[in-house]
Amino acid sequence: MSNEALHGHSEVVTTHDVHHDEHHVHHHKETFITKYVFSQDHKMIAKQFLITGMVWAILGGLMSVLFRLQLGYPDQTFPWLEDILGRWAKGGKISAENYYALVTMHGTVLVFFVLTGGLSGTFANFLIPLQIGARDMASPFMNMLSYWFFFGGSIVMLSSLFIQTGPFSGGWTAYPPLSALGDASPGSKTGMDLWITAMALFVVSSLLGGLNYISTVLNMRTKGMSMTRMPLTMWALFFTAVLGVLSFPVLLSGFILLLFDRHGGTSFYLSDIYITATKQALPNEGGSAILFQHLFWFLGHPEVYIILLPAMGMASEIISINARKPIFGYMAMVGSIFAITILAFLVWAHHMFVTGLNPFLGSVFVLLTLLIAVPSAIKVFNWLTTIWKANIRFTPGMMFALGFVSLFISGGLTGIFLGNSTLDIHLHDTYFVIAHFHIVMGVSAFFGMFAGIYHWFPKMYGRFMNNTMAYIHFWVTLAGAYLIFWPMHYEGLAGMPRRYLDYSGWESFKHFADLNKFISTVAMIVFAIQLMFVFNFFYSIFKGRKVTTTNPWGATTLEWTTPIRPGHGNWPGEIPEVHRWAYDYSKDGRDFIPQTEPIGPNESHH
Amino acid sequence: MTTTGILLLAILILGFLITFQIAKASEYVSVLKGEKKAFEQNNRINAFLMVVFLVLGLIGVWWCNKMLYPKTLMVQPSASDHGENIDIMLKITIAITGVVFLITQVLLFWFAYKYQHSEKRQAFYYPHNNKLEVIWTTVPAITLCVLVGFGLFYWFRMTGEAPQDAMQVEITGKQFGWIYRYPGKDNKFGKKYYRNIDEAAGNQLGLLWTDTTIVKKDKNGNVAGTAKLTADPDGFDDLIDNSAMYLVKGKAVKLIINSRDVIHDVGLSHFRLKMDAVPGTPTTMWFTPLYTTEEMKKITNNPKFEYEISCDQMCGNGHYSMKGIIKVVTPEEFILWRAKQTPAYVAAFPPQQPAAKPAADSATATGAKDTLKTVVSSHK
Repeated sequence: MSNEALHGHSEVVTTHDVHHDEHHVHHHKETFITKYVFSQDHKMIAKQFLITGMVWAILGGLMSVLFRLQLGYPDQTFPWLEDILGRWAKGGKISAENYYALVTMHGTVLVFFVLTGGLSGTFANFLIPLQIGARDMASPFMNMLSYWFFFGGSIVMLSSLFIQTGPFSGGWTAYPPLSALGDASPGSKTGMDLWITAMALFVVSSLLGGLNYISTVLNMRTKGMSMTRMPLTMWALFFTAVLGVLSFPVLLSGFILLLFDRHGGTSFYLSDIYITATKQALPNEGGSAILFQHLFWFLGHPEVYIILLPAMGMASEIISINARKPIFGYMAMVGSIFAITILAFLVWAHHMFVTGLNPFLGSVFVLLTLLIAVPSAIKVFNWLTTIWKANIRFTPGMMFALGFVSLFISGGLTGIFLGNSTLDIHLHDTYFVIAHFHIVMGVSAFFGMFAGIYHWFPKMYGRFMNNTMAYIHFWVTLAGAYLIFWPMHYEGLAGMPRRYLDYSGWESFKHFADLNKFISTVAMIVFAIQLMFVFNFFYSIFKGRKVTTTNPWGATTLEWTTPIRPGHGNWPGEIPEVHRWAYDYSKDGRDFIPQTEPIGPNESHH
Repeated sequence: MTTTGILLLAILILGFLITFQIAKASEYVSVLKGEKKAFEQNNRINAFLMVVFLVLGLIGVWWCNKMLYPKTLMVQPSASDHGENIDIMLKITIAITGVVFLITQVLLFWFAYKYQHSEKRQAFYYPHNNKLEVIWTTVPAITLCVLVGFGLFYWFRMTGEAPQDAMQVEITGKQFGWIYRYPGKDNKFGKKYYRNIDEAAGNQLGLLWTDTTIVKKDKNGNVAGTAKLTADPDGFDDLIDNSAMYLVKGKAVKLIINSRDVIHDVGLSHFRLKMDAVPGTPTTMWFTPLYTTEEMKKITNNPKFEYEISCDQMCGNGHYSMKGIIKVVTPEEFILWRAKQTPAYVAAFPPQQPAAKPAADSATATGAKDTLKTVVSSHK
């Protein structure tokens, strides 16, 4: 590992001050390629993940705007759509085939490429070495590979948008037989092969990254940084990685069996199928379509927490810093993250209550599912107590963290409906589900991500993002998120099914046309505001207000002991030693006490 | 691009430029005013907006409820007995989560406002309190146990065995429609085998009407084996229909749910029920319809009311149009309707032709699936 000495304001780091006593010598000159492209610096890799994730978020968001256009205005045509999208919108109307492709890609892209790759890829990479006091990841090379597999997966997924038969269009959950049979849906032809390939590359990326995060957290903490002195972000990112490493391989195995069914003539998921379009009975007998759902949701449910835990960790950290108060119940917070991690593996079948699952098995999953609400409740009450009697600074990061808590409560509570099989049998696959998971893991994870970006932007780029734009971004997004998703609960309570192109032919659901129009309009406004955020991000990288002190937020954690623009190796000299936990805010009359400060003789115990 | 499009885009860009200029200006102003003063001002504004958001949000929730509640199913009685249980469960859950929602959101935004930054105050160093932690571990745990208790009580009631005298109807999903089958006078479904499906010959489900030998072919068209199928006379009187499923008011019905191609889902929103249709694995669901379609037309004040079956599982590009209809009728109307139906076998083999000789032991049919038996044994 190399070590850079940063004296004063050296913006371009090219000199290597090699510490012969503790580090292996390596004398290479950093070129553009090694610094920005095939970088092994965890901070650069984090930025690569972030920016790739942002590109995906814009694409995925744009897809949702396009299909919302169809949902909100099913009887209108938009000739300009044909100008932009060509055959995707013949005559200015999005066809069923492309509508389903958009819906599927929106889900896949946002769940995996944005909220998994973009979120934990960015913040695990950026924060783990900085907050535990390490010069880099356990294996910087593997870390680099992790990004490039992610990038490869992204390219393959993107390329599937441009092929003749269109991208995969059977929903992001890719349930066979629909996803296995090209004759049943054109999207299940080459589009599905590309989808599987992209996802396989993504899983590889996620495993390379996850193993690295786990080994770094376990082995490379600086002196004095015991596990229980780690900031909650570290615990959250650590357990996120554990979840990913244990569940992604199961997903991959599910995909490989699917690939065999598609091309190898096997019958893992296929049985008794007669394709109407080709008037053909397929040779496959004895497979179980439900097996895939078990394999899929064995990742699929932990995936929800893979998305949520980093947001929870960052929200905890940011709330504590800006409340100028220690996080309430640190050990309970760690315990609840642990409990969530364990329970996350034991609740997957609550996605399958209406598949004909044995009712007794269903009841076990009801119990375990509602159990997971207990650690979630603990976290919420702890956040509330943290801001009680606080001294809150409304930085953009803090506002998004508070917004995260609000959304997590709202979305979490509707989970209690869906986790209860009795209600799920009514609400399953309706708009109630859409409202639930968009609030609890979509928007709220985005809020965690925004909080993290605003909060750690000064550490990433040595500049601040523009506050005014950030505040506008926050208020419009929070209000917009509720305006979009809150009314959807009512559509769900009317039994309105999800993934419908058009409801006008249904006596039971067509009375929501006005509401759909309203939701689509708000969705477009919220999307436009996100573009403003993206602009703010890139503008501030180059033109933002400069950071003048190493610790602009007055935080206790180690990343703020590095220089304003840390080089590869993070600390120019020795890695600081840690003497206390990360949450000594407003203790003994002092605003904050950094982790690096030894415990004083007169200090009070907590 | 149309002119409106260009206009909209122009407005968007203009709005954005203005926002950007204001944002930039405010940064300069904050430098002039002093960072501290600008921070305090921003803090006050945002703290105030937190309360504004809370108040407007709660008014919005109330208003949204007022507007949309009448459009949900909750203003209509449930069309099935199970649905009534679900409605009770829904109300219990809404009450409990509603209280929690209100308390936590009010606290969150109120604390945010009340404890905004002030020079005069310092935050209260309060790292933990075991008693509080115990309280908010046990209280949610007990509450959730109550919900689980109610939930499972109803769940087992709904998923338990159907009554012995329940009427049986088989519903099969295909891309993109539904096929309904009734067992006929013998109250037994005839066996079927999917390779026997021949739509042109009027055999949509692959019923075993004649003794046939099916040559099994693999993916590449090579012969991979044969299946000798013996005709099953139980199927000769089965009624097969594509237009609507007729059910009797007040009579329990057990649906045997199948799929011919991909996974579908029998979504019965008015009955508050749904169940997947999985190829190769039949599923079941039973309930008792409480109101006839005609009665429901009066209740909902909608002369066009129908019990619609919506496919609730993504099944391809026609998913959104995969509609079925359930007609709930009185027992007399059902008998009348039934009398008018011709069994599918009779339609396929008009009476002047001698019917194929029924075989003595149909259990030898290899690969044939006895829907009923499969269902009963998988549903212990």
